[in-house]
Amino acid sequence: MKIEDKKRVLREMVLHRRFEERCYQAYIERKIGGFLHLYPGQEACCNGVMEAARPGHDYVITGYRDHVHAIKCGADPKEVMAELYGKETGSSKGRGGSMHIFDAGKRFMGGYALVGGPFPLAAGIAKAIQLKGGDEIAICFLGDAANNQGTFHETMNMAALWKLPVLFVCENNLYGIGTSIERSTAVVHQHKRVAAYNIPADECDGQDIEVVYEHARKAVDHVRAGNGPFFLELMTYRYRGHSMSDSRGYRTREEEELWKQRDPIFILRDRLIKEGATTMAEFEALEKETDAYIENEVIKFAEASPEPSVDELEKYVLADRESQLPWLTGKAA
Amino acid sequence: MANIMYWEAIQRAHDEEMARDPLVICLGEDIGVAGGTYKATKGLYEKYGPLRVMDTPISEGGFTGLAVGASFLGVRPIVEIMSVNFAWLAMDQMFNSAAKVRYMSGGQLTAPCVFRSAGGAAHQLGAQHSARMEKVFMGIAGLRVVTPSNPKQAYGLLKSAIRCDDPVFINEHELMYNMKGEVPDGEYFHPLEGSEVARAGTDVTLFGYNISVHWCLKAAEILDKQYGISAEVVDLYSLAPLDRAGIKASVTKTHRAVVVEEDEAPVGVGSEVIAIINEECFFELDAAPVRVHSALVPQPYNHTLEKAAIPDHEDVVKAVLKMFGRA
Repeated sequence: MKIEDKKRVLREMVLHRRFEERCYQAYIERKIGGFLHLYPGQEACCNGVMEAARPGHDYVITGYRDHVHAIKCGADPKEVMAELYGKETGSSKGRGGSMHIFDAGKRFMGGYALVGGPFPLAAGIAKAIQLKGGDEIAICFLGDAANNQGTFHETMNMAALWKLPVLFVCENNLYGIGTSIERSTAVVHQHKRVAAYNIPADECDGQDIEVVYEHARKAVDHVRAGNGPFFLELMTYRYRGHSMSDSRGYRTREEEELWKQRDPIFILRDRLIKEGATTMAEFEALEKETDAYIENEVIKFAEASPEPSVDELEKYVLADRESQLPWLTGKAA
Repeated sequence: MANIMYWEAIQRAHDEEMARDPLVICLGEDIGVAGGTYKATKGLYEKYGPLRVMDTPISEGGFTGLAVGASFLGVRPIVEIMSVNFAWLAMDQMFNSAAKVRYMSGGQLTAPCVFRSAGGAAHQLGAQHSARMEKVFMGIAGLRVVTPSNPKQAYGLLKSAIRCDDPVFINEHELMYNMKGEVPDGEYFHPLEGSEVARAGTDVTLFGYNISVHWCLKAAEILDKQYGISAEVVDLYSLAPLDRAGIKASVTKTHRAVVVEEDEAPVGVGSEVIAIINEECFFELDAAPVRVHSALVPQPYNHTLEKAAIPDHEDVVKAVLKMFGRA
């Protein structure tokens, strides 16, 4: 990665981290409802892959831990926060919430909360790309636990069979809710599982963005060149629990501390300091500046935004009636 | 007007829409090289090739989800689920993805998918190949459900469903694919909403859909000829949404209602139609509306038991006579 890209990504990763931590606080204050699944610790995964891909051009789909993926694709953090607040200005107009962030304009095709559900959807997006003949690829981010669903195996089979342009990115954070991968999955190394479908795969450290980037670049190139699907496994760790109701009693504080020694933001920061591209003072200023942006713009926007109107409770269930009238009445031209 | 079979009508709708729009595709088990279990996609593989006529692996959840994902980008997939019994495996994608995506994305994404499936009891197919599941689909917000009772509807409903921006479930019937009927020669779009009076009458309304329309028509003839009772038959080709106005209009005219469904009674079309009658025109009723439905049993293999489990025109006649105090 070029030095200016690394500096930009550091800024983005700090935004992603502080955004998520601010969500935690807003949840405690009961400003955010529902379930809230946070991303700190895994930032190098999404950032590394999307630096190798084309955000806003390639289609991205993911599960419920979706805020950072949306923002990385180009969604406005203000709209993402407003969605978490359930406001009309939210990225899904307050109808989706934390687990259903969408920004179709940025080709972020959404967060889905049925584990494993996005696999076939991603293959379908890739099928549409194949049919239309574009140079985009579909990128499906999901956790390791999703791979035990039937949809995983059904999708790997179809994607390989039809050489669909889809990159599967497994963010292996070692836990499915509160169950460790050793206790739930017969084959712990996820990239080995897709060998059964003749899908090329790779695995790497998910904490070092430069490592992720290098591996993702090869994976993205493979898919974009028309060689069919690729499966990339990134070894990572989430600092917080599965969701806000999780006190993390299933793992030790020692294990958590060990992973924090390999924090993706600090790894990149320290490297940039060593390379003389930044300083600790500059980094601390960046954190403060980011917090100010989140507080003064993102949070303020979410707080000040209007609630959806109850009169529009049933809007968006079906397509706009007027536009569908020819088919609803049979009076097509 | 061409006199063609139900399957031919479906095949023709596929063919016309695929010729018109290169983004219309169809997929399902055995639909390509083999031409489809019920021949509904016969000849399309040769004409449009494997990219658009996709023989899928036997993985209903997978290929249904693939179709939904493709529809996000404007592709118009027609998914054939060979037997409605297998649709259980696809329901997560139909309900949690296709039906909800417009709402949970605040209107940004839409899933203009068509899901076609054969339902109903045929000839001794046993418990896992004889289900009627329309009652499950019609309760899902964001999903349209239509159910053709003749070739004209089969053709026109599929044409409209392919063009519609909402996901549409088309409930066909295993016993009807070889049924013949008149289909307009030119392009014809059947409305996705509403109901139609299949036979006018004055004394009682028989509400049917799909195959039960034919039981109702046969029963109406017997009632007329043998008992002097004039039955109106209303074909509820749209189960979601149900035609409240049409139901009200007919009951207001005849003052009596019998709902005939091949499905089991709990939480079904019958209970829903009767609830609508209660809400819309309770004081028009001269008798309590009744349901004719199948027994709440997994479909038995034995022919005698199978026949006993599923209603027919004689059950409709009996229900009407009982209602008139003549049984």
